[in-house]
Amino acid sequence: MAALLELANISKRFGGVVVADGISLMVERGAAVGIVGPNGAGKTTLFGVISGDVRPDGGSVVFDGARINRLDPGARCRLGIGRTYQVPKPFERMNVFENVLIAAQQGGRQRGASSHGRAIASLERCGLAERANRNAGSLGLLDRKRLELARALATGPRLLLLDEVAGGLTEPEVRDLVAVVRSIRDEGTAVIWIEHVVRALLDAVERLLCLSGGTFIADGEPRQVLESAAVREVYLGTDELAIEGIA
Amino acid sequence: MSAASGLLPQDALDGPGALRVRRSARPSGWLVPLALGVVVLLAFMPAIVSTGDTSLLINAFVLLTISTMWNLLAGYAGMVSIGQQAFIGLGAYAVVVGAINGMEPFTVIPIAAVVSALIAVPISMLVFRTKGGYFAIATWVVASAAQLVISSITSIGGGTGHPVPGLSSLSPTQFADISYWSALAVVVVALAMSYLLLRSRLGLVLAAVRDDEDAARASGARVVLARHVVFLVAALGCGAAGAILAVSQLQVEPASAFSVQWSAEIIFVTLIGGMGTMEGPIIGTVIYFALQQNLAQHGAWYLIIVGAVAVVVAIWLPRGLWGTLTRRLRFEFFPVGYLVAPGRREARAPAERGPEPQPAAAGDR
Repeated sequence: MAALLELANISKRFGGVVVADGISLMVERGAAVGIVGPNGAGKTTLFGVISGDVRPDGGSVVFDGARINRLDPGARCRLGIGRTYQVPKPFERMNVFENVLIAAQQGGRQRGASSHGRAIASLERCGLAERANRNAGSLGLLDRKRLELARALATGPRLLLLDEVAGGLTEPEVRDLVAVVRSIRDEGTAVIWIEHVVRALLDAVERLLCLSGGTFIADGEPRQVLESAAVREVYLGTDELAIEGIA
Repeated sequence: MSAASGLLPQDALDGPGALRVRRSARPSGWLVPLALGVVVLLAFMPAIVSTGDTSLLINAFVLLTISTMWNLLAGYAGMVSIGQQAFIGLGAYAVVVGAINGMEPFTVIPIAAVVSALIAVPISMLVFRTKGGYFAIATWVVASAAQLVISSITSIGGGTGHPVPGLSSLSPTQFADISYWSALAVVVVALAMSYLLLRSRLGLVLAAVRDDEDAARASGARVVLARHVVFLVAALGCGAAGAILAVSQLQVEPASAFSVQWSAEIIFVTLIGGMGTMEGPIIGTVIYFALQQNLAQHGAWYLIIVGAVAVVVAIWLPRGLWGTLTRRLRFEFFPVGYLVAPGRREARAPAERGPEPQPAAAGDR
């Protein structure tokens, strides 16, 4: 069977800045892949290319055997690509339940009671069911991050794109989040996770890539990638990658 | 989708910790009778107040109709149009054309609304190529172009306008009453349509687009389709309002029917009341007409006060009067949202919950 996601030779520049320089990537069904890289490496742009928010200058995006280059983000979501945003984007004047319900109805193509059930199940998984009636605009950072995840889950994704969901959270909060992501992966949903909090990644992914200067400089078993010379060089002189507990 | 089915544990639907979903905001049994009561009371107005007052109410109904439509466009779908007068004018002229061809003017009103919506199809293809401020200007340009085209057709009066024929058989009282009831019917249908639209699946999409368009797309919403639907509905409503104007004033002039002044009034009314709420335009219309009635004799001061009110609300109450109130009171006259409540079994036997691990509480501290 073909890979779930296949990026071939993706290139993108904003003015003079190259953010994707011939990126290729294959992700199998049910795989859990982590992506690290310094700020400005093009990680979020890469997600934009997959989710349809960013149009690449060249290259192709193939999902489940079909070329989806020309599909808008809504259509890609309905095909099974769910995403979270690094800076959460809740629907602030709607309550938490409605935030997730629209994802179940539109992206997840559910109707009536089955869309309600899907929305509630997603909220329960992310620990938000008790806040279902809260106005989303009144949520704190942790709950906003949970809501991003619950909303993406409610679309019933086959591929889930997580953009720094652990950033800004405390350690126990991160641990809860990792548990949720692992359970999603265990059900067969493929996950691509961009994260600065490397410890969280190591607990949830079986493959790690390092993006720098718009291209992958390392790809493989997470710990080996983190210890590779190329990755060490990129992070030289910074403590951005918290690699404690690895050496 | 195998992952999708895995998301639906059966106990989420009917287990001991079941949650039920209902439509939001204290669904009060007295609201429907109240709304019906208000409509019935308004229907008897011609028997209670003078013809001058009913014609004032007709103007209020027209303004509320077009503001409700604009609220769908700008308040929800994120399309700030300043060219809705295009459809007001087209609706008005549809009545003139129908009446010239021997049709009963009052029966042309629904046809005029449909004609407006049909003309909105090619217009939407044109203006939907633009976004934001450019969209606003594009709609205004289209409205001005429509006015120029209509003004150049001499058979319907050209630039000087045309009377609406076929109404002389009615007595002045009959005419005033039927005009009033038609205007009331149009505004009630417009509000009901807007309410049903906002309660539908499409309404949830519109509310999401209002709050964050990118996130709405990322949640799988067909944003462009939703916009097209809303644009057509708004043209339908504005066309009906224009038809009411034509009939009630017995006369249509391109310069006033297609005037950009309409957009100024629409925006004032909706912003004061609260964009993105059903109640906003209603409250805004009441305030606008209250100001007009009490201050119009003071000439320039009237305009200064109206402007000052707009500035004060824009700076200190950016959600408008109702938008600010509804947040404090957690109350809506037109509940369009959802609420999640504990299921019946759980509600009846709260004591049994104790030892059971609550899935919702698992992640909380």
